[in-house]
Amino acid sequence: MTDITHGVPVVVQAPPQRRSGVLGWLRANLFNSVFNSILTLLATALIAAMIPPVIRWALIDAIWTAPNGAACHGDGACWAFIGEKLRFILFGRYPVDQEWRQVVVIAIFLLMIAAACSRRMWGRQLAIAWFIGLSAIFWLMAGGLGLPRVETALWSGLPLTMILAVVGMVFAFPFGVLLALGRRSKLPAVRAICIGYIELIRGVPLITVLFMASLMLPLFLPPGVTIDKLVRAQIAIILFAGAYLAEIVRGGLQAIPRGQVEAADALGLSYIQRTRLIVLPQALAMVIPPLVNSFISMFKDTSLVIIVSLFDLLGAAEFALTDSNWQGFYVEADVFIAVIYWSFCFFMSRYSQMLEREFNRGKRR
Amino acid sequence: MSDSRGAAMIELQAVHKWYGDFHVLKDINLNVGKGEKVVVCGPSGSGKSTMIRCINRLEEHQQGRIVVAGIELTADLKNIEAIRREVGMVFQQFNLFPHLTVLQNLMLAPVWVRKLPKKEAEETARYYLERVRIPDQAEKYPGQLSGGQQQRVAIARSLCMKPEIMLFDEPTSALDPEMIKEVLDVMVELANEGMTMVCVTHEMGFARTVADMMVFMDRGEVVERAPPKDFFSNPKSERTKAFLSQILAH
Repeated sequence: MTDITHGVPVVVQAPPQRRSGVLGWLRANLFNSVFNSILTLLATALIAAMIPPVIRWALIDAIWTAPNGAACHGDGACWAFIGEKLRFILFGRYPVDQEWRQVVVIAIFLLMIAAACSRRMWGRQLAIAWFIGLSAIFWLMAGGLGLPRVETALWSGLPLTMILAVVGMVFAFPFGVLLALGRRSKLPAVRAICIGYIELIRGVPLITVLFMASLMLPLFLPPGVTIDKLVRAQIAIILFAGAYLAEIVRGGLQAIPRGQVEAADALGLSYIQRTRLIVLPQALAMVIPPLVNSFISMFKDTSLVIIVSLFDLLGAAEFALTDSNWQGFYVEADVFIAVIYWSFCFFMSRYSQMLEREFNRGKRR
Repeated sequence: MSDSRGAAMIELQAVHKWYGDFHVLKDINLNVGKGEKVVVCGPSGSGKSTMIRCINRLEEHQQGRIVVAGIELTADLKNIEAIRREVGMVFQQFNLFPHLTVLQNLMLAPVWVRKLPKKEAEETARYYLERVRIPDQAEKYPGQLSGGQQQRVAIARSLCMKPEIMLFDEPTSALDPEMIKEVLDVMVELANEGMTMVCVTHEMGFARTVADMMVFMDRGEVVERAPPKDFFSNPKSERTKAFLSQILAH
């Protein structure tokens, strides 16, 4: 092949042929050395030994219907237990006759999340939609305005987990960004407060923060003033996650070249404009993987609210296990809960990959 | 320096600056009239970048007085922002915003700082892209352009703010040799249109063509200043002679 550049013929060589097909792939990836061939064979044997028993337990020998727990103990899993307790695990102690409200809440959450998935939807409208969505969720959960009231102590199951996680993220993220900016502030007082806060919170386990919010905080409040237990736990989660997110965001801020700030300054942008239009978009795009990592761990950490007697998804499942008619189905309950948690986390991880692709457009050549 | 070309646009009076104990700028005095072009040269570490960056307060001077476009540069943020609106700056490393397209880079400051309607900002942006001869790259991201193209976008970005003064801080030093000319051509055109310019550069051919005044700096001081004709043919200071013989050797 030849290519003409400036009238001079240049020889262009085709790239060497790549081996293709299943055999080519196997050879290149699984059997490319003696050691790797042995590893491949060992791994295949291990998988072959493990898969059939799991399938037998989960599907073939599983019991799908049973009148009670005693009739459900066999060689396989007792999915009848999940069927029996599904309602309770998902919705917990929320009044049964009001359950439709929780179904709608979950649907609204899923819609809100779906709307946030497309980068094109980001903007003022989405923020308004989220505000309306969250308001509707609180109205549906708490009642009032025509709906019977349900006190927060009865909120439980999947809706509670989603509220703690989503509201936690929605507030912890901007809080973390502010903390990160504060930590890099030129004002010594602001910087000192932010550093002190971050170091303090990061040095304590989440359980401690939850305990403090739930048990110690009321001691400091004037008599007669009470803050709802759920609100206290939610605030504890936000305060805790904020400190972690702040350090992640700070990592991104530090990676922004000085020249970006100088160029923005030289154009006459104010600090707020510069931060919002130039610094944060680049800094946040850079730290999407650790941010999502943090969100995932935050989502799962909400299950710790069980220690302050809130019954989230995991708490409701644990509670379901105490039924004397259905005893000893820990594995089934844990597998079921794990699948739900995993689905959400897997979704978050895919979402972050999409965002990364989206934000890295500018870096493609 | 004379103000023959018009009212003083930039005045530096007895400006001093230290980095810690290191005295980077020593008693700098400089007057740049409207439409005047000043080229600053000198060995690396001589303080020429620091000096030019003091003019729009990217660096803070500690003593002396700086007046730009009639506004005195003080710690007052309002004054600083007012000056920055009138002063464009082009950097050695371009410093385009990589997450925005070329067009967005150009429209950002007019829309947010000058509060121009988007449509008007886009018209201005496209006009200047045409001027720097890359109208067809508007939708691309900076990372997709060559260095020379990026620097021309950076110049256009500054021009979109319709500044009174343009500062160039070694605009061609990070470019591959074959791209230097395309950037210098744009700068010469700008000079011919009467823009007030201060350029830190070692492009002596460019300096000879456009400069009204050459300033030679060494170790934080202005060692010599003269019109280019005298500066190149008859430098007075030994340090200037040594410097010129080095950069004009080949």
